[in-house]
Amino acid sequence: MTDIELHWDDAFAANRKSTPDHVRGRLSPENAVLPGFPSQPQASRTASMSVRKATRARDVRADPAPMRWAIIGIAVTFLVLFIVVPLLNVFAQALARGFGAYFAAIVQPDAIAAIELTLLAAAISVGLNLVFGVIAAWTITKYEFWGKSVLITVIDLPFSVSPVIAGLVFVLLFGAQGYLGPWLQEHDIKVIFALPGIVLATVFVTFPFVARELIPLMREQGTRDEEAALTLGASGLRTFFRVTLPNVKWALLYGVLLCNARAMGEFGAVSVVSGHVRGETNTMPLHIEVLYNEYQFTAAFAVASLLALLALVTLIAKVVLEGRATNAANSE
Amino acid sequence: MRIALHDVTRRFGAFTALDRVNLEVESGELIALLGPSGSGKTTLLRIIAGLDWPDEGEVHFDGEDALSRSVGERNVGFVFQSYALFRHMTVFENVAFGLRARPRRSRPGEAEIRARVERLLELVQLGPFGKRYPAQLSGGQRQRIALARALAIEPRILLLDEPFGALDAKVRKELRRWLRQLAAAA
Repeated sequence: MTDIELHWDDAFAANRKSTPDHVRGRLSPENAVLPGFPSQPQASRTASMSVRKATRARDVRADPAPMRWAIIGIAVTFLVLFIVVPLLNVFAQALARGFGAYFAAIVQPDAIAAIELTLLAAAISVGLNLVFGVIAAWTITKYEFWGKSVLITVIDLPFSVSPVIAGLVFVLLFGAQGYLGPWLQEHDIKVIFALPGIVLATVFVTFPFVARELIPLMREQGTRDEEAALTLGASGLRTFFRVTLPNVKWALLYGVLLCNARAMGEFGAVSVVSGHVRGETNTMPLHIEVLYNEYQFTAAFAVASLLALLALVTLIAKVVLEGRATNAANSE
Repeated sequence: MRIALHDVTRRFGAFTALDRVNLEVESGELIALLGPSGSGKTTLLRIIAGLDWPDEGEVHFDGEDALSRSVGERNVGFVFQSYALFRHMTVFENVAFGLRARPRRSRPGEAEIRARVERLLELVQLGPFGKRYPAQLSGGQRQRIALARALAIEPRILLLDEPFGALDAKVRKELRRWLRQLAAAA
């Protein structure tokens, strides 16, 4: 192999020559100005009168200003009224009686138990859905099999089914009067009104997030990279960890974040299976409801603000991730 | 190595991509499949590589049944039409991938891997580009990296799927000549 004559240099020199300098120069971004279309404000300022007048009279490149402002105005007003003000109100109410009352509400034993339970349930659910979601996405995008479209629909089911129904399903299965209830009682295993039930309900409700995030990306990427790895002699596992996973890591993290946000905030399904035992099976959303129903508004809003804060942190992490993912995509 | 295809047929639903194809390639021979797009060239290459399986027919390497062996066991180098370089790995790691993927018994040491990858990068005239990522290379350069990566596993057969499709006429001509020499030297 070593005594082969090489002709790369000639080939690439020839290639370079075939693109004359003036052509390349014209394509460079700073020179990419179409004649008659001032692309920058400076350009239009130095342009002749006639061009300036034409631009001012009717700018065909954008919608009329009143329309633009009306649309932007409606969108911003809506956002402020329905999202920003209520969210700020949560924090305002929480701090209505000062920081002392706020912290007292948060360090209350029941509140701390609720926070711990929420974090624990979310951590387990997100971990499980990370694994399930990756496996589901892999199955759907890399294999061809009968009933695949049915599986894709089933993955979306938790989005369309009311969370209350999701909770009831597990009560029917594992509850005292449920199908598996007697067997579970014999073996002294508690599912409903305990952590396993809460985790099950949360996993059910948040299942689509990771899979949904991965499927379009993995489908777009196809199986070329995996096939290349296989022809190079890599095993299936090695291919997965060295090729597939790195290719989807940003989408995966993004899906995990969304999954986590929903897992911490889930109310309906968890409410059905938890049993509302104070300090034991109340998650943060349930604890907030209990406090609110008991007219302990400051305490309710204090815990709510904490939950909102967790959501905001998730949101910020999401924005950061999106920026990174876009950068990664652009550099490709 | 001698490749023999006997009555290979491959159907995709109602469409027959390959209809009883017979082909024999002698050791050291350089063969090009010509035909319009959709005529089954890629399918044939994928079957030889072990990425796809015929509905009927036989594939033999040196008289041995190749269909009973997985893609990893066939030791076939495959250069994909779109190159399929691993975008999250440097050029160096792309070329080293096949060596690192070997089972521990036959895996060369780190120094040996380094030496071999560098030799391959020199061979495709991209010695100084090891630390770059595929996205930072031109089409012709990516093509050569894909070639180096396929050669790293010392394949018994080298399959190239539309290797010159994305390259301009002059580069294509040089690359063709170079490949012919590579085949002659192998």
